[in-house]
Amino acid sequence: MTRFFLRRSAGFVATLFGVSFVVFWVMNVVPGDPALVILGIDSTPEAQEALRRLLGLDQPFALRYLAWLAGMLVGDFGTSYAFRVPVADLIVERLPLTLSLAMTGMTVTIVLALGLGVLAAANHNRPVDWSVMLVSQVGIAVPAFWLSILLVIIFAVHLRWLPPGGFPGWSDPLGAARALVLPTIALAAVQSAVLARVVRASLLEVARLDFVRTARASGLARSRILWLHMLPNALVPIVTIVGMQFANVLTGTIVIENVFSLPGLGRLVFQAISNRDLPLVQALVVLFATIVVVMNFLVDIAYGVIDPKLRPAA
Amino acid sequence: MRPKRPVSLVIGAALVGLVVAAALVSLVWTPHDYEAIDVAQRFLPPSAEHWLGTDQFGRDVVSQLMAGARSSVAIAFVAVLLGGVVGSLMGLVAASAGGLVEDAVMRLTDFSLAFPALLFAIMLGALFGPSFANAVVAIAFISVPVFARVVRGAALQVRSQDYVLAARAGARTPAHILWDHVVPNVLPAITVLATIEFAIAILVEAALSYLGLGVQPPTPSWGRMLAQAQTLLYLAPQLAIYPGLCIMIAVLGFNMLGDGLRDAADPRLTEGR
Repeated sequence: MTRFFLRRSAGFVATLFGVSFVVFWVMNVVPGDPALVILGIDSTPEAQEALRRLLGLDQPFALRYLAWLAGMLVGDFGTSYAFRVPVADLIVERLPLTLSLAMTGMTVTIVLALGLGVLAAANHNRPVDWSVMLVSQVGIAVPAFWLSILLVIIFAVHLRWLPPGGFPGWSDPLGAARALVLPTIALAAVQSAVLARVVRASLLEVARLDFVRTARASGLARSRILWLHMLPNALVPIVTIVGMQFANVLTGTIVIENVFSLPGLGRLVFQAISNRDLPLVQALVVLFATIVVVMNFLVDIAYGVIDPKLRPAA
Repeated sequence: MRPKRPVSLVIGAALVGLVVAAALVSLVWTPHDYEAIDVAQRFLPPSAEHWLGTDQFGRDVVSQLMAGARSSVAIAFVAVLLGGVVGSLMGLVAASAGGLVEDAVMRLTDFSLAFPALLFAIMLGALFGPSFANAVVAIAFISVPVFARVVRGAALQVRSQDYVLAARAGARTPAHILWDHVVPNVLPAITVLATIEFAIAILVEAALSYLGLGVQPPTPSWGRMLAQAQTLLYLAPQLAIYPGLCIMIAVLGFNMLGDGLRDAADPRLTEGR
């Protein structure tokens, strides 16, 4: 297990380096001269030169990359061009909202998908199963931002139960919770449609195995067999998809925060783009990609824990 | 939904046909000029003249939706074609070459899977400003690793077959084997995958154009129609319904067509599901 863990960790660190390098390269080399990008093509050469020196762009590329990397390791993400404050401050201020949204979204997804998937598998080839499959087929095709708009029309415009958007801040816990209800549902609905199908399919796969027949023959309750015997053995594909979905939910927050005007990282990314604030875009893209890579790593490790057969032979 | 297996093929094909037909017809005919602004005719309810009414500028909704279908289908088509060709070539090369080349290609796909499409599009948008081309590149980028992996898997399977062994014994060149035996036999897998990637492409395109990172005005797109309708939810909620329905129909259609084609190509794949 140690060996397995070490190998995976090495791959994980290599991917992180790769991601940071690609982002830095794309943001710093591909656009040509950042000074020109910021100032526009009709700026004077003197102004460009001055900005270049100010931003440290007169240094060689490799040096700039290493300095950026070293800075991030100690929490220095550079300074935002537009906000003129450290990028780290901007991120710390907005991270809690995005993370809470992603976490609640993922939790609702898993609970809903397990419920629906087990329900469908338990009623295989009966109307309940067909309805779950039909709803999930349609659910997969619904864009999250459209579902958000529909939820706003129903619950904010017509029923007036919940706010149509905006965020009162954490000092108002009830208001904050109310503001997150619709975004969470919108994030979770589509993902749980996908996951419910996976749960159902992998349960049906397990249902054919001998130990399930033995459990049935020995007279165990159906629900006990489903939840305690079949589900643990059906976990590998489910965990795989959950890991991939975390990335979807996280990038989903970018869209959803914009739909509901929530002041999180997703909105920040958009402000950064419209301001052409390259250090901020760069830091946020690396941050998002890092979270995704970390999740993939955790899923990899989880495989080894769930199913010892998936650990490579030592 | 096992008993109704061919149903998904038929429904899928019908929905896809509807969307593609709307996109093609919009090239030569729409009920009204989709750009024609007529402030006196704002927010009209559905009528014989305007089947789904008019929007906040008095533009005909049906005409806009048809032109929007054109944007969606065009971007998805170019992106999937690009991603499919590049990804399939990578997969074929990986499977044929083996060894270090195969390892390198597979590492590369691992790596690009860590980059969600939206992030990539955001990066491109920040650098070059939003455009049709950026949306295409971003969507193609996410489909490349998927194609590479699936095609490699399928090609490896074909290469282990006896007829490939026979061809090798007959001293056919590797290029010959690739072209005569491997390519035709992985085409069904590529077709099925392309259909499903088309559905994903339409979803991503809609999100990008909703966020203003896709095709730019005045070209209509479903995503941007939704973004505009969202500012008018209290006045005209119906405008936020139609574009979303169109996206749903298109995605549902391509997904079901993909499922149906997969069953037709290889019934074993869905056995027991």
